[in-house]
Amino acid sequence: MEIQETDKQEFNITVYTENQIGLLNRIAIIFTRRKINIDSLNTSPSEIDSIHRFNIVITESEEVVRKLTRQIEKQVEVLKVYYHTNADVVWQELALYKVSTDVIAEKVSVERLLRENGARAVTIRKDYTVFEATGHREETDNLIKILQPYGLIEFVRSARVAIIKDSEGFNSKLREFERLEPGEEVIENEYLNQGQKVFTM
Amino acid sequence: METQTITQEIGETAAATQPVSKELSGSEALLEALIVEGVDTIFGYPGGAIMPIYDALYDYSEKLNHILVRHEQGGIHAGQGYARTSGKVGVVFATSGPGATNLVTGLADAQIDSTPLVCITGQVFAHLLGTDAFQETDVINITTPITKWNYQVTDATEIPEVIAKAFYIARSGRPGPVLIDITKNAQIQKFQFEGYTPCNHIRSYRPKPIVRPQYIQQAAELINNAKKPFIIWGQGVILGSAEKEFKAFVEKSGIPAAWTILGAGAIPTDHPQNVGMLGMHGNYGPNVLTNECDVLIAIGMRFDDRVTGRLDKYAKQAKVIHLDIDPAEIDKNVKSTVPVWGDCKETIPMLTQLVEQRQYTEWLNTFNEYTRKEVEQVIHEELNPSTEEMTMGEVIKHLNELTNGDAVIVTDVGQHQMVACRYAKFNKTRSNVTSGGLGTMGFALPAAIGAKFGAQQRDVIAIIGDGGFQMTLQELGTIMQTGVNVKIVILNNRFLGMVRQWQELFNQRRYSFVDIQSPDFVTVAKGYGIAGKSISDRSELEGSLKEMLAHDGSFLLEVFVTKENNVFPMVPQGCSVAEIRLK
Repeated sequence: MEIQETDKQEFNITVYTENQIGLLNRIAIIFTRRKINIDSLNTSPSEIDSIHRFNIVITESEEVVRKLTRQIEKQVEVLKVYYHTNADVVWQELALYKVSTDVIAEKVSVERLLRENGARAVTIRKDYTVFEATGHREETDNLIKILQPYGLIEFVRSARVAIIKDSEGFNSKLREFERLEPGEEVIENEYLNQGQKVFTM
Repeated sequence: METQTITQEIGETAAATQPVSKELSGSEALLEALIVEGVDTIFGYPGGAIMPIYDALYDYSEKLNHILVRHEQGGIHAGQGYARTSGKVGVVFATSGPGATNLVTGLADAQIDSTPLVCITGQVFAHLLGTDAFQETDVINITTPITKWNYQVTDATEIPEVIAKAFYIARSGRPGPVLIDITKNAQIQKFQFEGYTPCNHIRSYRPKPIVRPQYIQQAAELINNAKKPFIIWGQGVILGSAEKEFKAFVEKSGIPAAWTILGAGAIPTDHPQNVGMLGMHGNYGPNVLTNECDVLIAIGMRFDDRVTGRLDKYAKQAKVIHLDIDPAEIDKNVKSTVPVWGDCKETIPMLTQLVEQRQYTEWLNTFNEYTRKEVEQVIHEELNPSTEEMTMGEVIKHLNELTNGDAVIVTDVGQHQMVACRYAKFNKTRSNVTSGGLGTMGFALPAAIGAKFGAQQRDVIAIIGDGGFQMTLQELGTIMQTGVNVKIVILNNRFLGMVRQWQELFNQRRYSFVDIQSPDFVTVAKGYGIAGKSISDRSELEGSLKEMLAHDGSFLLEVFVTKENNVFPMVPQGCSVAEIRLK
């Protein structure tokens, strides 16, 4: 069945911003004002020093997401906003698992299970070992289930980061922004809109 | 375009950049910046955390006229009134903590009504931030949702650049309020001031979306093929200074046009194609015929729920063309067939060029038919009442006759506001100052003070209810001290009338806490040295209004009107615009 504009599904919202105190709040309240829960939020510097990239995941209808992205883009320090369905992005979450080194050393099966699930050791100490796994939510969830019987000590998972499949020219456009500061009139970051699937305004 | 605007606004203060280098304090740098931005009036109230700025202001009082208000809320509403009549950015000063929190209502009001403001708040010393210091409040976070932009300055060297950004952001694109919070150390700190350069570009900020000619083309095609097109306009026409362009469009296209409350006056009330007011208490024809037109052309308006009524029954039959400078408004409430993004000063002339010269005599007559019915059933009685007691409408009617529609009318919120906006005659743009989106009671008195400072050559008349007047009547003190000439008409129905009307119509006359008592307003005014008069007899009305208008200085006229009059027509909440009631 085709997904309607009014059907809820996961959307990945990508926001390029200036690195400014208070901007996280300004963006977050756009969601909270409408009582929309943020499923996942990642913010970190982009490939350009002064420009940050947010990855926000929410479960909403496309109609709502489109309105939200316009409200976000309206903020003075936001450079550009895009939204994509899960099908339009390649995404990963990173998970860290801390388990007792003794247990791993004893049980050969644990090592096999870890390998099968694509985990790798980040730190090995006498008392504990930290494994890292990346993947979709189900994959990192699955490893929790596997490690639980062997005495999982601590677990943490990152927010989602997502790469947009149809993002020809993003990097060079960002470089252009960098050059334009402090610049003359920016013609418009419009050419980013050429992709059919990205948000256009 | 932007640079032009800035040069205009800076006006006679000569060069934008002063290539001087001198040691100044943060406070002095701020005031220098204001002067280059063309600021002449500041509304404010001093306090501990903004004292260095006020100390500097002492030496600038010849260049910057500071109006001492009686409450920061009064200050910001005055700033709004100033901005609305002058078209310039309103400037407001307040101290930290309670001073800043008292700005909140005005910021929310300015945000929803797109009023350009720059508010400067003092803040505790930077090293005290987050320590719950005396009069410390997290103003930035409190005001984030109700400002277009805000910023905290902790170092004086940032001041020139930040103030430049503040003015640019406040006035460009869709205007709005900006708040700059300056810590006390930054106000005191000396630094090498290298002159002030107004801002005309921020890389992450695009005040105007790019105009796409193909959409203009599509819009023109829709209009040229329409049988019953209908223009609805809002404040965007006024904010974009596009009144002339808009009038040309209306006249060439021949299309009937109706206005939202904030759009009033963009073209004169008695223009033959001006068919009246939209919305809950708007005119009969514009509401009913919204659901009969085939092409709806919305210009600089945002389809507020008070305009649309029930959304799923709003103009469903029509193709919608939406012109707006703010892309977030497109498809927000009403789905458009053709979105026309852009500054209407640019887009309207493009559209005018492509539309055919037409007349819609029959269609316009349909509007006039509805007007006739509305006059018969509502307007005639409101303006020429058969009752002994006076109505709000007849007061406005007499005012129209005496001012000939040339005055600035400032209204508060409630029944009197709807009556004033429905019946007041506006010949000129920037004549209707009211709290539209937020519906802020207490807005009118301080806004009228600001409106007068923003348009000193014009008559400013505040129309206020007995409830709203009591919310900010302390600003009579501001009138007393400044001697500003504001005419105040209190339409006293001894009720919180609009709530009472709803209680009557929808809550089975359960008049829950709407019976409000008032002091003797004339005596109150007298206490402030303001002349006044109270009347309850029709025979005194015209003479008293004349006396008020002729009085040299402010004047308060209290008019006792019918207690339980209702404002009609009315689109009841949850109903479609076509279900508008005449009684």
